[in-house]
Amino acid sequence: MKVKQISIFIENKPGRLLKVTRTLADAGINIRALSVADTVDYGLMRLIVDDYVMARDVLAEASVTVALTDVIAAEIPDVPGGLNGVVEILSEAGINIEYMYAFSGNTGKGAIDVFRVDDIEGAEKLLESKGVKTLSQGDVEKI
Amino acid sequence: MYWDKQHECMDREALTKLQSERLCATVKRAYENVPAYTKKFDEIGLKPEDIKGIEDLHKIPFTVKTDFRDNYPFGLFATDMDDVVRVHASSGTTGKATVVGYTKNDIDCWATMVARQLAAGGVGSKDIVQVAYGYGLFTGGLGLHYGAEKVGATVIPISTGNTKRQITMLQDMGATAIAGTPSYILHIGETVKEMGIDPKTLPVKVSIMGAEPWTEEMRKEIEELLDIDALDIYGLSEVMGPGVSYECLEKHGLHINEDMLIAEIIDPDTGEQLPDGKQGELVFTSLTKEALPLLRYRTKDITYLDPEPCACGRTFKRMHRILGRCDDMLIIRGVNVFPSQIETVIFNIEGIEPHYQIVVDRDERRLDDMEVWVEVSPDVISGEVRTLEKLNKKITHDLRSLLGIGCKVKLVEPLSIPRSEGKSKRIIDKREVYK
Ligand SMILES: [Zn+2]
Repeated sequence: MKVKQISIFIENKPGRLLKVTRTLADAGINIRALSVADTVDYGLMRLIVDDYVMARDVLAEASVTVALTDVIAAEIPDVPGGLNGVVEILSEAGINIEYMYAFSGNTGKGAIDVFRVDDIEGAEKLLESKGVKTLSQGDVEKI
Repeated sequence: MYWDKQHECMDREALTKLQSERLCATVKRAYENVPAYTKKFDEIGLKPEDIKGIEDLHKIPFTVKTDFRDNYPFGLFATDMDDVVRVHASSGTTGKATVVGYTKNDIDCWATMVARQLAAGGVGSKDIVQVAYGYGLFTGGLGLHYGAEKVGATVIPISTGNTKRQITMLQDMGATAIAGTPSYILHIGETVKEMGIDPKTLPVKVSIMGAEPWTEEMRKEIEELLDIDALDIYGLSEVMGPGVSYECLEKHGLHINEDMLIAEIIDPDTGEQLPDGKQGELVFTSLTKEALPLLRYRTKDITYLDPEPCACGRTFKRMHRILGRCDDMLIIRGVNVFPSQIETVIFNIEGIEPHYQIVVDRDERRLDDMEVWVEVSPDVISGEVRTLEKLNKKITHDLRSLLGIGCKVKLVEPLSIPRSEGKSKRIIDKREVYK
């Protein structure tokens, strides 16, 4: 199953990141997973939140433009080589992982990793057929 | 020191007579050889015979920058290409360059204009002139080069850039004059100071500077840094190149080469001629040009004319240093940049919004620095950072190849650039070049 990721472009200027985190905090939105990839001038912030519709709306109100993207959040078996197993499944099928990052905090189900891939439908079916559990939007809201 | 006293100090009556004769001949030639002029005249029922002297000048339709684009590349030439010995080119308002051509005689007239400037700065056959203007399609390098050769000086055609080497040449070859853009000469001056060289040990005594607007404050700074006289030379490639007007050592306005050009000031809104002393748009008509006769060309530069006699003895009217522009053209390191060119590039690239801002400043080396800020569009921010870096590189590359100069591209947040507040808001020029 797929979940929605929020992407935000942030210039490396004082207060820009704070504006985003404060807007979300004020709206009572919970951040489940977060990654920031940055360069000298700007960064790309990616978020998985419990209520992405509300997050998008409050950010838009604060003049922060967001993009919504489908990603896969997969449960990683809590054993040595667990992550490697998942990555191998995808790469053997020729599916390209653009980037990945982990859920933060205790989810009660071991590790959960977020994958952004070039063939999301293919990846979703493939992982399920190999017995890797992928989270639904509903799962993300309930964690 | 005069180069050509006969013309430079001609009395007004004789000069007016000469201008009228040459104007009639130019109008006839332009009408008969350039279809664009034939069309302009025919449209308003004007005959070349209707122009009997400079008093009829106001009847002639204007020529504008877009006429060059519409007749790109050689459509405005009045001679066979056999007779055209050189072309130069400068920025157009969009993708197409403004192309100009010269016959052998045109090059000679141009060299005379520059020779008058050099002589006015005390430069003659005993001098060594270091030409630190760029050589190439830009008229600066070759314009000064031919003028310096005409006065019999020794030319060091070093072109622009490589500042340490410029200073070594000033020291080792003992150039007595240097020519270049004022911001670059200022940079050389600053570097001389940084290197701890006493400017009094350098033989250079005068600098001839143009191709971009500058101020009295910059003049003082350059004169002190290099212990020289700093003179302003004005020109634009459409009219000829550097040398259209030139400063004498009185440093009180630039003498216009009136035997080869007629200058007018018009109201930019109505097109009406304005009297001497009134500020408006500068318009030129060429009197001797063969390859590219130019009738009432609107420069978009703002200034006023001063007909009072000059203490130097020259009778050519003086124009005040350029006070501004009627359009949004920027001059970056001597290169003309139109925001519309930047727009052309940005509108053709996917992944960015058609919103931009141009920020111009002088960097720590006192050189012009241009940044173009562009908003990223939401569809590229869900991807990888690499995608954005590629996008940045592409915009930088495309701007560079169209503008001919480098600039820094900065990707900014969507919606962060002010909307619909007029074109002026698109440009933030911190240099304060018009004062
Ligand atoms: Zn004078």
